[in-house]
This record gives sequence, C-alpha cells and structure tokens, in this order.
Amino acid sequence: MTGLALNCTINKKSLFDRKHYFYADLPAGYQITQQRRPIAVDGMLTYSFFREKRSQVIQKHVHIKQIQLEQDSGKSLHDDVRSQTLIDLNRAGVGLMELVMEPDMNCGEEAAAAVRELQLILQALGTCQGNMSEGQMRVDANVSVHRPGEPLGIRTEVKNINSVRFMARAIDYEIQRQIGIVQRGEAVQNETRAYDSKSGKTVPMRDKEGLRDYRFMPEPNLPPLIIYEDDTSLPSGIEPCQAVLVQKIKEMLPELPSVKRERLVQTYGILPEHSFTLVSEGLTEYFEELMKGTKKEPKKVIGWVTNDLLGQLKQRDISVIQSPISPAALAELLELQESGHISSSIAKQVYQEMWDSPDKTAAQIVQEQDLGLICDMTELHNICQKVIDSHPEMVRAIRNGKKTVVNKLMGLVRKETKGRADPVLVMEILKQKTS
Amino acid sequence: MLSLTLKEVSLAFRESRISPTELCKKCLNRIKKTQHLNAFITVTEELSLKQAQQSEIRLSQGVPKGPLDGIPFAVKDNFCTENVKTTCASRMLKDYTPPYNATVVQKLLDQGAVLMGKTNMDEFAMGSGSIDGTFGPVKNPWSYAAPYRAHTAASPDSDWVVTGGSSGGSAAAVASLTSYLALGSDTGGSTRNPGSLCGVVALKPSYGLLSRHGLIPLVNSMDVPGIITRSVNDVATVLGVLQGLDIRDSTTVPAPTSLTDLPEDFDVKNICVGIPKEYHAPGLSEETLAQWSRVADLFERAGARVEQVSLPHTQYSIVCYHVLCCAEVASNMARFDGLEYGHRSNIDKSTEVMYASTRHEGFNDVVRGRILSGNYFLLKQNYQHYFVKAQKVRRLIADDFRRAFASGVDVLLTPTTLTDAARYHAFTQEDNRTRCAEEDVFTQPANLAGLPAVSVPVALSRRGLPIGLQLVGPALEDKKLLCVARWIEQRVGFPSISDCGDLCRGDTGVSMREQTSAV
Repeated sequence: MTGLALNCTINKKSLFDRKHYFYADLPAGYQITQQRRPIAVDGMLTYSFFREKRSQVIQKHVHIKQIQLEQDSGKSLHDDVRSQTLIDLNRAGVGLMELVMEPDMNCGEEAAAAVRELQLILQALGTCQGNMSEGQMRVDANVSVHRPGEPLGIRTEVKNINSVRFMARAIDYEIQRQIGIVQRGEAVQNETRAYDSKSGKTVPMRDKEGLRDYRFMPEPNLPPLIIYEDDTSLPSGIEPCQAVLVQKIKEMLPELPSVKRERLVQTYGILPEHSFTLVSEGLTEYFEELMKGTKKEPKKVIGWVTNDLLGQLKQRDISVIQSPISPAALAELLELQESGHISSSIAKQVYQEMWDSPDKTAAQIVQEQDLGLICDMTELHNICQKVIDSHPEMVRAIRNGKKTVVNKLMGLVRKETKGRADPVLVMEILKQKTS
Repeated sequence: MLSLTLKEVSLAFRESRISPTELCKKCLNRIKKTQHLNAFITVTEELSLKQAQQSEIRLSQGVPKGPLDGIPFAVKDNFCTENVKTTCASRMLKDYTPPYNATVVQKLLDQGAVLMGKTNMDEFAMGSGSIDGTFGPVKNPWSYAAPYRAHTAASPDSDWVVTGGSSGGSAAAVASLTSYLALGSDTGGSTRNPGSLCGVVALKPSYGLLSRHGLIPLVNSMDVPGIITRSVNDVATVLGVLQGLDIRDSTTVPAPTSLTDLPEDFDVKNICVGIPKEYHAPGLSEETLAQWSRVADLFERAGARVEQVSLPHTQYSIVCYHVLCCAEVASNMARFDGLEYGHRSNIDKSTEVMYASTRHEGFNDVVRGRILSGNYFLLKQNYQHYFVKAQKVRRLIADDFRRAFASGVDVLLTPTTLTDAARYHAFTQEDNRTRCAEEDVFTQPANLAGLPAVSVPVALSRRGLPIGLQLVGPALEDKKLLCVARWIEQRVGFPSISDCGDLCRGDTGVSMREQTSAV
C-alpha cells in the first residue's frame, strides 16, 4: 500500500535474504531482509517546501529507491555508569518496512519537509502512525557534500534521531562539519555517527566500525513472496482471499494528503498555506464539519480553525479529537456573530469562555454574561456622547484634520461597552458627532 | 510383545491382552537393560508413565485417539520437546529445555502416543556414525545379537559396530525394541543410513510434507523429519498422522492424499523400477550389490519393468551437498552465542571474546569446521563461485531425477549404504568429513532434490549385520513409494531381532520369545 501511494513499481515476486552479523540485539545472528529483490522500487515522494515563512510554496521531489520488508532487531541500552549494555528483545524479529530514498535533498529543512509529508501519507494510509518519539518510525540520515559539478562526496550515516526537528539540526550540523573538513583539505570518513541532541553535534558511533561482509544468503525458510495483479491473474487453486492483489489494494487507497490539499483549495477557495495547515495538523475533518453548519464564507471561517482552535489545542497539548468544542458548537458561535448578536471581539472572548466551561453553549454564555450587542441606539448615542464629552482634546484633533484619532475614541467606547457595541455603528455615530 | 507392529499392539490393547502402562513399563525396563547401547540421552520415565495412564483411561472408556494411542515412541534429541531437555548431543545445549513441542512431536502426543525419551545422535546431526555426540557413541544393537556374535570371537563390548548416523539413537531404539517408532531427521541420509545399518524401516518423506517447526535446523532447504519403525505399514500409519500443512513452517505443503492403509497385495506389473547406473559406486560391497540384484530380479520375475537409468550428475552431488550444507550450517549456528540460552563461557572480557569462547567450548570440531567452511563460501567474493554454483548444480541433479521419472520410471531402486555396519574401531580410522562423504553417497541426492526415499531391510550379511535397500520416488508420491516398499518387505523375509537372541550385555541365556510370552 505504501509502495502504491508513493508511485513505486511493485515487484510481483520479491525475495528474502539473511544478512549475517553478530550483535547482542540480534539473537539469531542474522536479520531477514530483502536485499536482492525488495517488494517495491522506483517511487517518488512529492512534498511542499516553504520559503520565507510560507509565502512561497515550492514543490519538490525525492526519489524512493526501494521499500523492503525486514525484521527488527532488539534494542540496546548502554549503561555507561556500570559499563554494561542492557538488551531488550521484545521487538526482535518483528516485521517492519524500510524506505530508502535517493540523495535528492539539500538541507535539513528540505529533509524535514519530506519526512513530515511522508508521515502524513503513512498516517492517511494507516500503514504507520509515524510517531518518531515513540519509535514507530525511525530515520537515519545519509549526508555528503560536494562542490557544484563534482560527483557526490563520501557519505556518513547519522543515527539516533528522535524527532523531525532534531533530524533537520543533525543534518545541518553534519553538512557544516563536512564542509569544514573538505575546506581544510582533509577527507570525510565513511562512518556511522550518532546525533547528540544536548550538544547539537554528531559524534562517531563506537560500536559499528570496520568493513563488514554480511554474507548474504537467500532465506531458505521463506519462499518468494508472490503478489498478483488481480483476480484474473490468479493461478488455479488459489482463492482471492488467500492472495495479495494489487488491484484490490489500489482500490483501498484513501485520499492522499496532496490530493486533499488541492481539493480543499478548489472546493473552499482557501489559500494553499491554510490548506497545508489543515492537512498537516489533522484539522480537515473539523473544518469540513464546521463548514456544513455555517453559512459564512470559508475564507472567514478558516482563521478560527487554523488560529483559534489550533492555538487552544497546542496550548493544552491535546489533539483535535479531544476538543471539547464540537464543530457544531463553534458553528453556533459563528452564527451569533454573523447575525449581529455579538461583535467579533466578543466572539473571541466567548470562544475562550467555551473552552473554560465546555458544558455551556455559546448562546448560554452570551446570555449569562450579558454579552450581546447593544441594540438600543439611544444607549449607543449616550455612551458615545459620554466618551466624546470626556475627551474634548481628541474631538478637537479630529476636527483639525487628524481623522485617525477617531480610532482612539472607538477604543474608549469599546472599553466602556465592554466590546458589546457594533463597531460599524459606533464608527458612524462618532464620525457624525465629531464632524 | 515388544517386537509387534503398531496394528498388533493396538489390537492387543483392545483385547486387553496388555495395558498401556504395562507396555510402558516393559519398554522402560528394556531401556534399562539396553543402556550399554547408549541410545538414549534422556529417558522420560515419569512423563511416559503419566501419558500411559491417560491412554489407559481413554481405552477403558472406549475412546482411544487413534492407532497410536498408548504406543511408546522415541524422539531424536534435535526436536524440541516441552520441558524435556533437548541437547542436539552438544555441550552448547547440554542443559537447554525448550518451552514448546516441535509440531511433529505435538502431533504424536495429540494422538496419545507415549514419549519414552530423547535419543542420542551425532552432534547437531553432523555425522554418519552417531559417534560424534557429546554424550558418547551409540552402539548398534545387532552387535549383541547372535548372528554377529557367532561371527566374531571378541566380546561385543570391544568389537561393536556403529549404528550409522546421525539418527543412530532413534534407529537403535527401534531396533532394540524399546520403542515402536522413533523420529529422526534426514538431511543427507541421517535417517535412512542408520535405518539400513540397524535393520529397520526408515522413511525420508518428501520435503515440505512434514513440518520442521521445532526441529533444530541443520540445512533448512534439505532437512526433513524422518520416521523409523520396524514395518512399512507402521511407517505409513505414522506418516498419515504427521503429514500436512503447518502455518508455522512456510515450506510445508498440503498433504496430497490422506493416507489410508497400504494395500496388502500391490500389483507390481504396472510399475517400472529404475536402476541408476551411476550408483555402482566404488566401495560398494559384494553382498550389498548381490542384494540389490536379488531384489531387482524379484521385481522382474513378478512382471514389473526393470530398467537401467542414468542420473549423470550424481558424481557432483556430494560436493554440491557439502558446499550448500556448510553455508546453511554457518548461518543456522549463528544463533548460538551464549547470550539468550545454552552454554555461556565464563570468559567475558568483552562480548566478542565471550562469543568466541562460548562457541569454541560449545561446539565440537565437526561443527566448527562446517561453520568456518560455510562462512568462507558465503563471503561476498566467493558467493557466486561456491554457493550460487552449487545451487545451479543442485538444480541439474534434481532435473536428472525429474527426467528419469518422466521417462516412465515409478521408483528408483538403489543400495542405502555401501556396506553393512562398520566396527567402531575401523570407522574411526577416518575423520567425520571423510566418512560422511563416503557414507552419504546414495542418500544425499534425494535430499538435494527434495524427494521421498525409504530404506527397507532386506537381509543379514555374512557378518550377521543388516543390509538395506533404498527406494526413491517422485516428489509427494510417498504413498506409492511405501506401497512398493511394502511389496519388498513381504518378500525378503528379513529376520526380527527378537529371533536373534537377547541383546543384553554378556547374556546368552533367555531368548526374547520366552520373555515376551510371559505377558
């Protein structure tokens, strides 16, 4: 499924091999992998790269060399204090998927963007949750430098990367380190290095040194993995339910992030960068639900989702599923604003209240705290007059030509009315009174 | 009683002539009496009695699980048995107790069979004599039988003959009447070889027919669990129980037919027996050659077609086998590092040092030799030249057989071993590798091609020792193979060991007959 989503060629017949080496976290003394013929090859990952804080979107591509099935090893925990290594074998032998990319990326940020897009794709497919801190997805970076026009330089492999952000930093550090070496006239060594998040540096990894001959041998206990195109290409004697069919899996592919982003822009007319935020933050469903419940223009609604909602979620460190305010509840709030019951600044205030008291609806809060817009024109006139009377110097300034001072009066009226005055009306009244 | 077939014992149970616990006790007793043979590494006395009791209860309630309920059996010590030590006759696994049963063992237990113990073998199944295990060599029971003793002046204790290997313990157990059936493993002939030298029926089933789950691997692409009994019908019964797809072993295939009883009067007029001319190998004894001709004549006189065929790549098979075997061995033995289970050396300056000393201490020189060779063959620079080349030759060898069978041959008739059993002192004049190369000549091509092959005892040699002949059939045609084997068995009149005097050490007195009739 991942192969298809990344436009790979699926090898209908793929093979398993044993890769031999001795290490405490490899109990069998070999790892089963797919060295000769992996299950998927030759794909492409397309991702968006933002320059200058999202005002410029560039589409970039990374070639996917192959995807292979293999076994996981155990986990080694080094206890330097007692000079010992603890081995956790719980995940040894468990199957995993390794994606190998070509060196098409140029800096940490690009790599980060590519990996983030990959995470979104995997999450959409359901083939991996992509959470790096929980070890669901592990990333090793292969870095090399070369002068323009020259072939690729010697690469180092950087491991021990626990987040996308650290990966970007590790890559950028490594690039600088290697440039320094080359400029000094020395040669970069082909080695494995570990990223140390505390210092922000990469350091040589002590265990994996020297050239290894893995003595690859076909795995005798696993026959070739055969995948069929569709029902019609099955040999006799095999039922569709016993086989893996490419066609069936193609049909099961969900909407991929890039398609989703495009669809949102087309359907709702929102900006690409907003669409990007919706998809990468998992807010698409919420937004679409919200749009169903309101007549407001999407362009006016999007900010509520990408700023207000997202801000609250991040502050409380919760996911959108855990949001106590449903799309319908937010729609109700927007409706109150749209219909003139409350001002936009009050709306923001009510929204905050809704988070603090999630069992109350927007309408309830407005009513309880008497936050509705002041409709009584007489009252409005009186308040405006009161403010004008107490600030004659401002009135004089306006009459002398400083028209913008009326905004200060607006502010004072807002304070006086606790945001319950319709700004449009107030502006009219003030202008009238100060003309 | 102890020399009966499975069917006869089942009948005896049903007719209450003997009970499972009585039979179990008899076998335990016999094991004690034949301890000098060193056929068993572990005897599961308590467990066997418990299982026998359960079988007895089932019988009394009229609900036996099948033809194997209450039948004592033995298992080669490279099959995992839950909570019973499994050593592979190696220091590496001297105190290893598996937490699970191998699939084939489980199937036997599920049928109510009674486990008597784990049998002795060559270390990690590497050998053709069953003399290179860490618990000492296995002695061929026929060393103590009258025909051999009449032939040699010396005491059998000093002049005993080997069982062959590597499943020598299993063959000896069945031959000495301590078990009715035993599981062996066959990678290059390790079940058929001792089967032939101990005068019992030994089947190497088609590759993929029996699950290898729980069989500690030697060569994954050639290993099969082997079945050893004293009659072909018994082998068929056991095969019927053990064959079949196992999801825990991806190399198994569904059984082609469910095995019912073999016909008592199989008509050989419709079959063609092939005699491969390349199997007239150097070192083939006169007597074995004579038996081979004798049985070929039997077929011809009965109306079967007997034809000479050619398997031209036979001469390369031993080398091909050796390269592939060592390569897989090097891989399969990598798991024994002393960290998780098995022997761990006390020398632990560093992990690497501990690996090295553990493996040096745990493995004998045969195992270590094959690991080193195998790693050499698998090095990047050697891989094409040795491993891939050997795989290509392997296909040519398999094609030889395919062509022979396609030309109308139903089974091939060959010797199983070059001669009858050698004296231990003579056998040990050459090293393990040399002996394997000599002894496996007739048996390992069937492993390379994944074909079923069975060894049937046909006569005693002049020295009073068993001679066996081998039948090889097309893949998955194990049933037909056994039909032909049965036909031979019915006509050759191989003597039962119980007619050849007691096998007990230094005992020339009471014959088996007298003992068994006192039921």
